[in-house]
Formats: sequence, structure tokens, C-alpha cells
Amino acid sequence: MADLHFLANPARFRRFSQRVLPGLSLATLLSLGVGLWLALLQSPPDYQQGETVRIMYVHVPTAWLAMAGYALLAALGAALLVWRHPLAALMARAAAPVGACYALVCLLTGSLWGRPMWGTYWVWDARLTSMLLLFFLYLGHIALSRAYDDAERGDRAAAILALIGVINLPIIKFSVDWWNTLHQPASVARMGGPTIDPAILLPLLWMAGAFLLLFVLLVLVRTETEIDRRRLEIAEQNA
Amino acid sequence: MNSYAVFIMSAYLAVFVILGGLTIASLSARNKVRRALAERGLDRPREQRARAAR
Repeated sequence: MADLHFLANPARFRRFSQRVLPGLSLATLLSLGVGLWLALLQSPPDYQQGETVRIMYVHVPTAWLAMAGYALLAALGAALLVWRHPLAALMARAAAPVGACYALVCLLTGSLWGRPMWGTYWVWDARLTSMLLLFFLYLGHIALSRAYDDAERGDRAAAILALIGVINLPIIKFSVDWWNTLHQPASVARMGGPTIDPAILLPLLWMAGAFLLLFVLLVLVRTETEIDRRRLEIAEQNA
Repeated sequence: MNSYAVFIMSAYLAVFVILGGLTIASLSARNKVRRALAERGLDRPREQRARAAR
């Protein structure tokens, strides 16, 4: 925890990210390469869904990370509103577009998976609709944080939206249990352990790790950019 | 990958376009801001700039 407080200072965070980024970039590229090989070439077809199960290797990790990204936004929102951390607002600005892109990928790949499996690209059931709402919450966060001339006001408004919107996360998670949906129930993160065969589970977890590395990499690069942009704005105001 | 290949390839293409595009946009935005900082002599940390000024 002491280490995390150490990183709350933007200058220290910048130095930390510059040290970490080269190794992280390499690890991300390697793990994505291995993940694609596992997902497209190595893993077997599913006994029911056949080859279309390969869409799962990009759909499920992006869904998990879109949700985790929003939980991060809410935590950063709390850090901004309660402790006024200088880095929290900058990191939230950096993370929101990354989370939005992950949510969009999840929706598109889910739609492309739904057509051959369900016979339709889209259905207004609880899981799909709550995921679409998550995407709109991300867009709302991005729009609100940039809607004011005073950046601090925008960041505070976006932080409030992040905290209110976090209620959507358990709705997404449990929507398949609470309502009748076309979407299949949880098969990895569930009580009693995963129900997926290890030959499919391992590539899925590997891809989740690779997408997580990419998420962290993008957030670090974009946070660095936000810190530099803020420095530039301050320099221009003082000039 | 039989008749479902079009769906599988489209899904991976969507991932490549969206996340690849975001990565390129993030890196180019970082380079642009860094260039602007360098033009104003603000590309080094404050302590280094103070030392250079002395």
C-alpha cells in the first residue's frame, strides 16, 4: 500500500511508468502473439459450438476487463472526490477510453458470436443490454470529463457518474442468473469452479492475461500523456 | 474453420482495428505532447532544468 501512495505523485508515477513501459510492451506483444497462436491454432473446437468457440478468446477477456476498467474508474472517482488525489483524475481520463474500447470489442465480438449460435446479432436481453449500458457509461464519463472549460469540474462530474454507474457491474454479472436470457450462464468465475474443459480454459486465461497487460500498458501510456498535457497547459497559462 | 470462418475472422479483425487503433492513437498523442513540451524546454524533470539553469 505504501508503494501505491508513492505513485500518487504524478512526477514519481511518470518516472515509474517510464521504467516499466519497455518491459511491459515486450511482455504484451509476446503474450498476445502466443495467445493468438493458442486461440486460433492450438485449442480444439468445442463439442457443441464447434469452431465459433474461438470468438470466446477475445469476447470474454474484453468483457472482464471492460467491467474491471469501470471498477477502476469508480475507485479513481472515490480517490478524487474523497482524497483529491492529483493523479486520480488524470488516470481516470486515461482509462475511460481504454475501457470504452474494450466494451465495444466485447459487444461487437458477442454480436458476431450470437449470429451463428443464436441466429441473431442482437437481442434486448438483460446481459446484452446491461453491457451496452456499460459502454454508454464509459462514453458519458469521457464526455463529462471534457465538457467543462474548468477541467477540475469535469473530472468531479465524471467521478460522480463513475460512482453511480458502478451499480451496473453486479447487474451485468448476475443478469444471467436473475433473468431468463439467451446468454449462457457463468462458466469460469462461478461457485464450484469452472465448467470449461482445461484445453479451452487455458487459452482463455492466457488471452485474459495478454489483454490485461495491454490494458495496463495503454492506461500507463495515456496517463503519462495526460500528465504531460497538464504540464503543457500550466506552462501556457503562465506564459 | 468451415462456414463460420467469416464470423471468427470478423471478430478478430474488430479486435485488431479497435485496440490497434487505440494503441496507435495513444502513442501518437504521447509523441505530440512530448514534442510540444520539448519545444518549450519542459521535457526534462524540474530538478534537471534547475541544475541546467545554474
